[in-house]
Amino acid sequence: MDTDQLIRTLAADNAQRALPVGIILLLALMAATPVSTAMLLLGLGIRPDIMVAMRNPFFDLKFVVTMALAISAATVSLHLSRPEASLHGWGWLLVAPIVVVAGGIASEMMLPQRLPMLARLVGHNSMVCMSAIPVLSLPILAAAMIGLRHGAPARPALAGAIAGLLSAGAAATLYASHCTDDSPLFVATWYTIATGMVAGLGALIGQRVLRY
Amino acid sequence: MQQAVAGDDEAYHRLLRQVTPVLRAAARRGLARAGQPADQSEDIVQEILLAVHLKRHTWDVNAPFAPWLFAIARNKLIDALRRRGRRIFVNIDDFAETLADAPAAPQVSAGEVAAQLQTLPQRQREVLQSIAVEASSIKQTAERFAMSEGAVRVALHRALSSLTAKLRES
Repeated sequence: MDTDQLIRTLAADNAQRALPVGIILLLALMAATPVSTAMLLLGLGIRPDIMVAMRNPFFDLKFVVTMALAISAATVSLHLSRPEASLHGWGWLLVAPIVVVAGGIASEMMLPQRLPMLARLVGHNSMVCMSAIPVLSLPILAAAMIGLRHGAPARPALAGAIAGLLSAGAAATLYASHCTDDSPLFVATWYTIATGMVAGLGALIGQRVLRY
Repeated sequence: MQQAVAGDDEAYHRLLRQVTPVLRAAARRGLARAGQPADQSEDIVQEILLAVHLKRHTWDVNAPFAPWLFAIARNKLIDALRRRGRRIFVNIDDFAETLADAPAAPQVSAGEVAAQLQTLPQRQREVLQSIAVEASSIKQTAERFAMSEGAVRVALHRALSSLTAKLRES
């Protein structure tokens, strides 16, 4: 087939319109979130003292951190789904959750604590945290990949890693309602390790499936 | 491109015809720089055009068109060179003198799209050939194969999508 013939064919196919990447990403995430939520409720459940915990600002702060991660990563990954896009000028968005957690650590330091710093950092169930966040993130990661595959990311591994951050942020938001460790030190350590694992997985998958 | 996105098929056809020589020159330059024979440039041009077509929804109507187009072209060129890097090639230096003497062909034929075309399901292949090679309209193609126009459109779009996927994996 010569190129003129191909061009004629493409013009004939012009009526086929694809939906914007943002819509597909949103629909996929909306389909996946209930799956992860069900996994949390059936597998781990919500912590029994949640009504009391909600009055603890450090419990609430966990949700601010994880949602800041999910939202900033979603924004950046949507930007990166365009062929000419680069991280330049957008990467600073990903600093938002770090700023929040750093602020949390600083304010906790200023308050009197019953437990020593190391005990707060190690917490009660770091192993559950490190395995639950990656597992809960899997349906959301798959959805993010489906959404971004619809785009044309210039750097598939990078876009995949950011998709990993997005799904880890969403999964951590869910997990935070089960987790009884509220110290920002715990969040900064174990949530970050779990998020890093998901981001690495996302980069590996992205490299393969996000090429266009 | 704005007109094309708004549904003007004529404008879209014109646009693709206009950018093709630019893409061809870029593909040849890229191949030459990588020390690859320029006779594969048309395969790369066709891959770029397919990607432009299937990803045109990622172009922001308010953004300049050229950076978007060249980002896709560069991506496809790198992809093609990477794939070709895995195959064994005769050293072009051996032929440098002969090539320099030979008149530059205005356009070399492309074989990869045609080759992958043969692996498509029969109906998709027939529809694609009818429109590409025989220059039939959607309507004429629908009448010939006793299909609805909508079914022809779907078959055509599927054919182009799977063609692109096969080129990527090849």
